[in-house]
Amino acid sequence: MLDINDIISGDQNTGARMIRLIEDRDPSAHEVLKAIYPHSGRAFIIGITGSPGVGKSTLIDALIAEFRRLDKKIGIIAVDPSSPISGGAILGDRLRMQRHAADPNVFIRSMASRGQKGGLSRAAKDAVLVLDAMGYHIIIIETAGAGQTEVDVAGIAHSVGIVTIPGTGDGIQAIKAGILETGDVFILNKCDRPDADAAEFELNMMISMRPASPGSWKAVVVKTRALDGTGVKELAQVFLSHYAFLNQEGRLEKKKKEIELRYFQGLVTDLVLEKTMAALETSKAYREALQKIELNGTDPLSLAETVMGGITISNFNSP
Amino acid sequence: MAINKKIRILIAKPGLDGHDKGAKVVALALRDAGMEVIYSGLHQTLDQIIQSATQEAVDVIGLSIMSGAHLPICQKLKAMMQEKGLVHTKLTVGGVIPHQDIPKLQEIGVAAVFPGGTSFEDIIKGINSLFD
Ligand SMILES: Nc1nc2c(ncn2[C@@H]2O[C@H](COP(=O)(O)OP(=O)(O)OP(=O)(O)O)[C@@H](O)[C@H]2O)c(=O)[nH]1
Ligand SMILES: [Mg+2]
Repeated sequence: MLDINDIISGDQNTGARMIRLIEDRDPSAHEVLKAIYPHSGRAFIIGITGSPGVGKSTLIDALIAEFRRLDKKIGIIAVDPSSPISGGAILGDRLRMQRHAADPNVFIRSMASRGQKGGLSRAAKDAVLVLDAMGYHIIIIETAGAGQTEVDVAGIAHSVGIVTIPGTGDGIQAIKAGILETGDVFILNKCDRPDADAAEFELNMMISMRPASPGSWKAVVVKTRALDGTGVKELAQVFLSHYAFLNQEGRLEKKKKEIELRYFQGLVTDLVLEKTMAALETSKAYREALQKIELNGTDPLSLAETVMGGITISNFNSP
Repeated sequence: MAINKKIRILIAKPGLDGHDKGAKVVALALRDAGMEVIYSGLHQTLDQIIQSATQEAVDVIGLSIMSGAHLPICQKLKAMMQEKGLVHTKLTVGGVIPHQDIPKLQEIGVAAVFPGGTSFEDIIKGINSLFD
């Protein structure tokens, strides 16, 4: 087992090996996570999401530089998809942030999604916990958005930045599809392109249509050019003012509790699934059902019901 | 929960080599062989390579060297890996490497050498065989 003290004291090698155990689903990770849990909960966690290629990694690279100027220790978890065919992955986010590689106060970790449904949020969440316990002040998670991911990252991060670019209407389309509520900061990147002002106008329009309750955070649009860093200082300030806002009136505590609740529910769901499947797979009824499918003829719905001891499969569409 | 292990590899180009087409193509081939490839780009200092390999917890560092400086670079990097406790990480090198240098690289502790012209198949086999 890894030495917990080495993680808490911030040793990068030990922390990195711990994250590796987490993503490999090594059983020993569980005990270490439990032990470091009390040392977590101090970091400010930012999620950066948006369609592929909008400039998320380049923005994060510039944000690291800003936050380093404020003497913050920064941890990054950058998630890229695994190939569904080979299971391999090209993890290309680090490339954009590589100028910070030799800075001992910056920790960059690339992660492949490994095709696990819900696995991303679980492994990423646990990796964030490690960086948090290691003492990083600000942790940024990068995920490429495709609808659900924005929601997933909002389940881990205290502040969510959604990146779009002018011109394509693509990011804006995604926002229309229902992720508008999850964004705290809307980042309009590549503003060196034409139509930046029109896109900004449109974004502001949509945000103004968000149902706003009194005392809730008013989402902000920030225009950036990540390549040359224009607007990134302001972006860093916006994230920090959102953090300051959350720190008032117990909002952050409330948000953290919501995140922990989701985490707990996810863990329980995983355990239920794992244990039920383990029990099922060794049962006679399950083996017989597999044989029947092999032989054809019996409908899988009835078989599933039989295996589950007569529990009916309810309509998936019901709430 | 089921263990779900993959080979993670950092591809890096140390020094002033001009282009990285070859390294990128190899990265794609390794991905297609089921590996997780972190591509760190051109002009990497040894410090950057060590820090990246540490933080990414890779199983393999794959250097691509065309400049002819493979012997001093591998020697220095191997020593730094030792010093930083990267004891389970394998060092491999590809690029323009004369055959007479292969034994010297092995002596330094390089786990596998892929001189120019090595097929993707052999590179993949060579890396996989480090973990048999
Ligand atoms: N013109 C322009 N190009 C930019 C800007 N920011 C980033 N880019 C370019 O956009 C491309 C993609 O940038 P990345 O930072 O890799 O984008 P990403 O969103 O992280 O991409 P994925 O991780 O693949 O989803 C790169 O070629 C960047 O150089 C910008 O402000 N203006
Ligand atoms: Mg990226």
